[in-house]
Amino acid sequence: MTSRTPPPPTLSALALAFARISVASFGGGVSAWMMRELVHRRRWLTNEAFLADLAMAQALPGVNVVNLPLWIGYRLFGGLGALVCALAVIVPSAAVLAVLAVLVIPLQRFPQTGLAFAGAAAAAIGLSLATGFRAAQGVMARPAAAAVMGATFVAVGLLKLPMVPVLLVLAPASIALAHRGRPRA
Amino acid sequence: MRDSPLLALAAVFVPLSLLSVGGGQAVLADVHRQVVTDHHWLSEAQFLTDYLLSRMSPGPNSMIVMLIGHQVAGPLGAVVAVVGMFLPSSLLVYAVAHVWTRHAGAVWRVSVERGLAPIAAGLILATTLTLMQSMGGGWIAWVLAIAVAVGLLLFRLHPLLLIAAGAAAFLGLGLAGAM
Repeated sequence: MTSRTPPPPTLSALALAFARISVASFGGGVSAWMMRELVHRRRWLTNEAFLADLAMAQALPGVNVVNLPLWIGYRLFGGLGALVCALAVIVPSAAVLAVLAVLVIPLQRFPQTGLAFAGAAAAAIGLSLATGFRAAQGVMARPAAAAVMGATFVAVGLLKLPMVPVLLVLAPASIALAHRGRPRA
Repeated sequence: MRDSPLLALAAVFVPLSLLSVGGGQAVLADVHRQVVTDHHWLSEAQFLTDYLLSRMSPGPNSMIVMLIGHQVAGPLGAVVAVVGMFLPSSLLVYAVAHVWTRHAGAVWRVSVERGLAPIAAGLILATTLTLMQSMGGGWIAWVLAIAVAVGLLLFRLHPLLLIAAGAAAFLGLGLAGAM
């Protein structure tokens, strides 16, 4: 097994972390913010556990960055955890968007607004890139996993194949590989 | 009652919530079709403004449905659109999570999690590449994104600082006439 990490101490600490991300993640890349906070900074979840949660959140219908806190909240703190963590992402970001809409729509007439948006978005994508790099580092330790990661990247990122059929092919194959290569007691 | 805009909003977003396999982006094209082309609730320009705002704003990009709901039917419309978009899929995920945790520690579940992790990592990289290819600002945006990534990996910097710096850099380049 991979090394154990101490789980978040309380539901309120976890929900507060999600709420902070939901008001700070300007420019997008929200799951990158979540991985940075929960895995790299606080070390509440291992790289592999977070990525497994993220894969479930992506595979199921719904908005990934709402599914993910709901899933992690349920896994660690049950039904109340799911509710509180999902709301911790939805409600604050709805409030920020409402304020932004009032402030920014009058500014849309100026071309500089578009430039500032583009600059912030490019920097936010840099955060996704850094997180992807860290996630990849963690996966590289197992050759079979590295091959699956590469195949996923080529299929979805380079060939632009639709995600769902790619998952339907690669997920069972990857699970079978992981099952054959599982550490046995 | 049949013409209630609130019911019409729910009728648009509740089915899309359950169909949004692969995330909110997966149904955005259909949101656009229904909201702009079919119902004429928003003009093309209004939709684009809402889209850019929700992408810029923190949190889920799918929060665009709140802006649409507000423009269609006021504050209550905003609530109906958000609940319609997020609640049905959340109930489904909740049910799956319930079944999933009952099998904690099962050998097959450990294998499923170990098998899914590299796929999620590959998807993060793929999504990042797609976003980079869609960035406005040409090669300067690529340089900025890569510089931010390197900065985050090498130093303990707060992402918000770098995002503000990115906005300021583009603004400065624009004012200097370089963009």
